[in-house]
Amino acid sequence: MTALQEPTALQFECETGNYHTFCPISCVAWLYQKIEDSFFLVIGTKTCGYFLQNAMGVMIFAEPRYAMAELEEGDISAQLNDYEELKRLCLQIKRDRNPSVIVWIGTCTTEIIKMDLEGLAPKLESEIGIPIVTARANGLDYAFTQGEDTVLAAMAHKCPQSVKAEEEKEERNAIHKLLNFGRKKEDIKQEESEYVDHPPLVLFGSLPDPVVTNLTLELKKQGVKISGWLPSKRYTELPVIDEGYFVSGVNPFLSRTATTLMRRRKCKLIGAPFPIGPDGTRAWIEKICSVFGIQPQGLEEREAKIWESLEDYLQLIRGKSVFFMGDNLLEVSLARFLIRCGMTCHEIGIPYMDKRYQQAELAFLEKTCQEMGVPIPKIVEKPDNYNQIQRIYELKPDLVITGMAHANPLEARGINTKWSVEFTFAQIHGFTNARDILELATRPLRRNNNLKELGWEKLVREEANV
Amino acid sequence: MKLAYWMYAGPAHIGTLRIASSFKNVHAIMHAPLGDDYFNVMRSMLERERDFTPVTASIVDRNVLARGSQEKVVDNIVRKDGEENPDLIVLTPTCTSSILQEDLANFVDRAQMDAKGDVMLADVNHYRYNELQAADRTLHQIVKFYLEKAQKKGELPQRKTEKPSVNIIGISTLGFHNQHDCTELKRLMADLGIEVNEVIPEGASVHNLKNLPKAWFNLVPYRELGLATAGYLEEQFGMSYVDITPMGVVETARCIRKIQQLINAQGAEVDYEEFIKEQTLYVSQAAWFSRSIDCQNLTGKKAVVFGDNTHAAAITKILAREMGIHVVLAGTYCKYDADWFREQVSEYCDEVLISDDNAAIGDAIARLEPSAIFGTQMERHVGKRLDIPCGVIASPIHIQNFPIGYKPFCGYEGTNQITDLIYNSFTLGMEDHLLEIFGGHDTKEVITKGISADSDLNWNKEAQAELNKVPGFVRGKVKRNTEKFARERGFSVITLEVMYAAKEAVGA
Repeated sequence: MTALQEPTALQFECETGNYHTFCPISCVAWLYQKIEDSFFLVIGTKTCGYFLQNAMGVMIFAEPRYAMAELEEGDISAQLNDYEELKRLCLQIKRDRNPSVIVWIGTCTTEIIKMDLEGLAPKLESEIGIPIVTARANGLDYAFTQGEDTVLAAMAHKCPQSVKAEEEKEERNAIHKLLNFGRKKEDIKQEESEYVDHPPLVLFGSLPDPVVTNLTLELKKQGVKISGWLPSKRYTELPVIDEGYFVSGVNPFLSRTATTLMRRRKCKLIGAPFPIGPDGTRAWIEKICSVFGIQPQGLEEREAKIWESLEDYLQLIRGKSVFFMGDNLLEVSLARFLIRCGMTCHEIGIPYMDKRYQQAELAFLEKTCQEMGVPIPKIVEKPDNYNQIQRIYELKPDLVITGMAHANPLEARGINTKWSVEFTFAQIHGFTNARDILELATRPLRRNNNLKELGWEKLVREEANV
Repeated sequence: MKLAYWMYAGPAHIGTLRIASSFKNVHAIMHAPLGDDYFNVMRSMLERERDFTPVTASIVDRNVLARGSQEKVVDNIVRKDGEENPDLIVLTPTCTSSILQEDLANFVDRAQMDAKGDVMLADVNHYRYNELQAADRTLHQIVKFYLEKAQKKGELPQRKTEKPSVNIIGISTLGFHNQHDCTELKRLMADLGIEVNEVIPEGASVHNLKNLPKAWFNLVPYRELGLATAGYLEEQFGMSYVDITPMGVVETARCIRKIQQLINAQGAEVDYEEFIKEQTLYVSQAAWFSRSIDCQNLTGKKAVVFGDNTHAAAITKILAREMGIHVVLAGTYCKYDADWFREQVSEYCDEVLISDDNAAIGDAIARLEPSAIFGTQMERHVGKRLDIPCGVIASPIHIQNFPIGYKPFCGYEGTNQITDLIYNSFTLGMEDHLLEIFGGHDTKEVITKGISADSDLNWNKEAQAELNKVPGFVRGKVKRNTEKFARERGFSVITLEVMYAAKEAVGA
């Protein structure tokens, strides 16, 4: 391979952190939909509320189970009692919505005025009888998808432990006997036999239900049983997590959750590439299988089949270049997949790089570059959007994956862009959804191909192009 | 603390950013945490802006929290000054920086020493002002800054323009149909033989601000933005201003007559009566529309109006005075300027509502059951839930309300656009009813008098069957009235008896 002439190891850089991304409180938008019996209370200012209502667009009208506890001047100057104020609002929420859990999202403001949410929560919890989970998803510390990470890390503490084996057996048996006259036991045994005997595995990361089912089945084919997901569809169904359980992340931005599961819940983390793209999905499954000593079956064929079905899209992007400005932490996995698709990548901007949690993904990226014979991209942590735009002007990439603040201005300058946030909301995990990623990535190219003949590429006057 | 799902006016810094990014070659630097630069997304998305929004953030992160911003803000200002050579950099505080209480004024002074352009700190307190108030204040601040600067340098123009001229104050980015209104107002001024001296802030250069006093008078089309500036110019330079929004036929005429009076007082000899008559009777279609039989059908129909001061007041007057529509409620979310609103609309509507609580407005609409709503995007969604058509007349708005086609609300073309908007809202409502009368499907859930409350009443089989026989277009009303009746009298189940009793109670 020619890779020897190119940098053989990944290069990491860190810029100024002047980049555009969503505030991490945006995680409430997808988490309240995922956890059906939850209510998310964002304790912050008008600024937070304004962001949420604009970023979530129409979703806000479908009777959302989230709201702002909007801080007023009296709250800031501590003329009002935080506890009493929160109690009043939480009781109102209990009365109107009766959720199974209230998630408090701490913001920059609660951070600066040092509102002790973690301290207030247990007291209030016992007083109003609803569990309260506290997550500090603020813009001082985190970017966009990391919001989910803070919520899931907080929820990891709330996952039940299994009841002592004997008690449980009796209890369950009693119920089984009552309901099924003992018949069910055999069914369970039979079902169990489809799985290999391995220690319990819990996956973490919020995914739409169809994707959950999909990945569950994918692992079932290999005889791997998923004992639970963090988060589950309902808060009341959070999975049992005991010491010694194995856990694996499905998204690259979940490093705090991973740390919490390892350190606090004494779980063993399976560090694997993330199941994004057919290559990633296969590597993810293989890694899990290898940990449990399973020889994976039929994966190679499965992957090949998927690639075959993508051929029409691959033709569009093969040999083209892509530039990630960075805002949602999916960048490394997406870049690795697109490089495998035949693209080249100069720069992967990313808000935050946890080299330990993403270790396997990074190694996979490196390997992919070598196998495809393309230079290894530079990974730019905390990028500087202004500098990046200068680099984009120089490099003239065929596709820039960027936030909405830059998309229209870049398009007006003849540069194809794809709005990065869509990758967060689209279904991109597993074998089946590989097509969706390419559907998104190729859309600007397909659209602009259609317009090619018109000569309407640069739509700003030259002097405006500073 | 306040439990809130939705807000009508944004936070203060949005107002400042709207002003800063409306000017040409002015850059705003927000002192804000990561993610607060959402303004850029809105401008890029809603206005489909081709250029990069001239707003960057000087990020407040953990380190800033621990040690203060120190050199960071100053460096960011100086860096931006070097990169883009803006005429002015506006340092914009946010809610976060308000509580940090850093000496931003000091940063500005220091940055000014190294920056070639001007540097200024926006004087807005996040906890005291909303988006609209902040915008008004920032515009005033910038105008004052440049006029004082020109005064010091002796660069102020000494004379008025030869011909009558006007400054149009208050056109800004992300304003409701502002671009179209601006074009329409310029046309109107041209028709009146008045030169447009300056339009601020949209598209203006700060270097031209010193020319403001050359105009004969100022026109402030919107109540929310520009009055502070106009007041300042009046005080300092004796410039009178017109603050009558030329929206609707009658108000446009009133605005023009006021202009006539102001410029005649300064030696012009104009008479616009003939122009007003010609426009009203033959050019604008609105006056003819109100005479036509279409509009006759709207007589006495009930409408609810809600929005910002400018638009809600203007639309209320148009509905009541120009179309004979019964405005049952007019409301505004501009609580800080509520007296003005009351004074403007109280003779044109039954009830005035001053609130920025969306649930209160939603409940009022559910209670009043108007045939049409004229409000913001929020009211449009309330209307959707209650099956009442809604025309959007004010911010907050989304991308559909930034049309590419020419759709002013001001001036004579504006009267045509508004007529279409109003008429289409009502006809759609009627078509809907007709559909239902002639065997339309009806599986809609019925709501109670408050849209957020759940119905706690049970209908027994017979009563339900009877209810289903009621024609669709009044069924909701019958159900609501019956439930209200039952609730007031403490019935928990609605039977045929209760239903008839309710009917009689209403009839009596």
